[in-house]
Amino acid sequence: MNEMYNVSTSPHMLCNRSTKTIMRDVVIGLLPATFFGIYNFGIRALVIILACVASAVLSEYLFQKGMHKKITVGDYSAIITGLLLALNLPVSLPIWMAVLGSVFAIIVVKQLFGGLGQNFMNPALGARCFLVISFAGRMTSFAVEKTGSIINGRMAVDGVSGATPLTALKAGESVDVMKMFIGTTGGTIGETSALAILIGGLYLVIRKVISPKIPCIYIGTVAVFTAIYSACSQNGFDFNFVLAHICGGGLMLGAVFMATDYVTCPITPMGKVVFALLLGIFTSIFRLFGGSAEGVSYAIIFCNLLVPLIEKVTIPTAFGKGGNNNGSR
Amino acid sequence: MSVINERLKNGIIKENPTFVLMLGMCPTLAVTTSAINGLGMGLTTTAVLACSNMLISMLRKVIPDKVRIPAYIVIVASLVTVVQLLLQGYVPSLYDSLGIYIPLIVVNCIILGRAESYASKNPVIASLFDGIGMGLGFTVGLTSIGIFREFLGNGTIFGKVIYTASKGNGIAPVSIFVLAPGAFFVLAMLTAIQNKLKMPSATNASSDGAACGGKCSGCTSTTCIAKNAVKEAE
Repeated sequence: MNEMYNVSTSPHMLCNRSTKTIMRDVVIGLLPATFFGIYNFGIRALVIILACVASAVLSEYLFQKGMHKKITVGDYSAIITGLLLALNLPVSLPIWMAVLGSVFAIIVVKQLFGGLGQNFMNPALGARCFLVISFAGRMTSFAVEKTGSIINGRMAVDGVSGATPLTALKAGESVDVMKMFIGTTGGTIGETSALAILIGGLYLVIRKVISPKIPCIYIGTVAVFTAIYSACSQNGFDFNFVLAHICGGGLMLGAVFMATDYVTCPITPMGKVVFALLLGIFTSIFRLFGGSAEGVSYAIIFCNLLVPLIEKVTIPTAFGKGGNNNGSR
Repeated sequence: MSVINERLKNGIIKENPTFVLMLGMCPTLAVTTSAINGLGMGLTTTAVLACSNMLISMLRKVIPDKVRIPAYIVIVASLVTVVQLLLQGYVPSLYDSLGIYIPLIVVNCIILGRAESYASKNPVIASLFDGIGMGLGFTVGLTSIGIFREFLGNGTIFGKVIYTASKGNGIAPVSIFVLAPGAFFVLAMLTAIQNKLKMPSATNASSDGAACGGKCSGCTSTTCIAKNAVKEAE
């Protein structure tokens, strides 16, 4: 009977969504890319993925236990961080480096800044950049070790070679866009298959976990930018070049799963557009004019840092404020 | 003797310029890529700091208040020039690796800070040992940061090889630690450990042990924990 007369503050109507269900949907969305990565790169990819996820969850648990904080490993966010990081690593990376990256992502990038919702940059990408700076050689060598590693990577597909399509593109060679779309190329574990990522992204859009706004504008901006670059180059406009830039490298993975991270993208509607445009411009600049073939991760963490500024200049006008005030005296 | 001990202890532990006062961050972050660089920078600064404190303390009644900062700068700059030429002459390798950060000792905020807050108000002996204590505190800070960065990022300590990158999947130095971000990581971690171990310092001691002497009644600081505690008690 008591429940009938409970007085409580709003909200009075709740839906079943919580951090946990949203995060679980993101994990499900990542599964196609994960499975394709394992299919493409063999059992060693699975080992790296498991090591990353396990160490991310464990370090979150131990840190929160040690700091006497509420333990939040059940909300899937550490699993996502570990999974995303693993999908961003080359398959030949030593396991301890992958674990070190996971620990860095969770403890330094996420927990030291206050845990989920407080981190100013995407933990998985922060850790990826940490690893790229620390072990530049290992992080950019995409050749699969046939011997010498603890578990021999079983080669499922012949197409995996030392250079990624983007590196080949940068060197001025031609690439097979269809292969890049399907994903049987070299690269990090989860980035190769645009198709698998799009399936996962579509699932998230249908479940309304992410809005297609940021990924579409991001990829669109890169397309426009690379098209202009291609048209201005001496060989004239090359549609293949634009498609290769869209399907190649970490653009799809970054656009769908990292740029849309709730914590590190702007909350204002206009801010999201500005954010996605900046991402596209920076990614294209880094890729086309930078020293390295890839630019997605640096572009995203750089724009993560810009988010407070973007939000500041794009605060929407509240209803009743602004406009012309002539009518109301 | 007690003032000498007190000044040395103050500089090295209680008001350690690196881990407690957070002063002189520019050389701290920039030159500590190896232990030997940290030690060299720390000792160079100590030499300049001790001499400048002594000279400024001697001249404290002569220097007019209005032009004291330019006067201090002139004194410090002369000393730095001397030290710079000595380093160039006797330890050219250290001189090369410290580079621009030797002339920049002139504007090191520890040196101007000690001149302004201590040497200009205290007698010569106390000022000299204040300079030595602060300098040694800075040396301890820089050397420990340097040791950690060199060990983690390069696998060596004072140039002595501890481990090297192995060919396969074995251990390898995490080279981010000898690059700029590593300086921030190591500094933050060591400061956190220092705070955690609660070495009595200016920022975590109770009011009677505080560097300000616990004179809360005349204090204008709004961030001091001890003062707020006194207020609440009232």
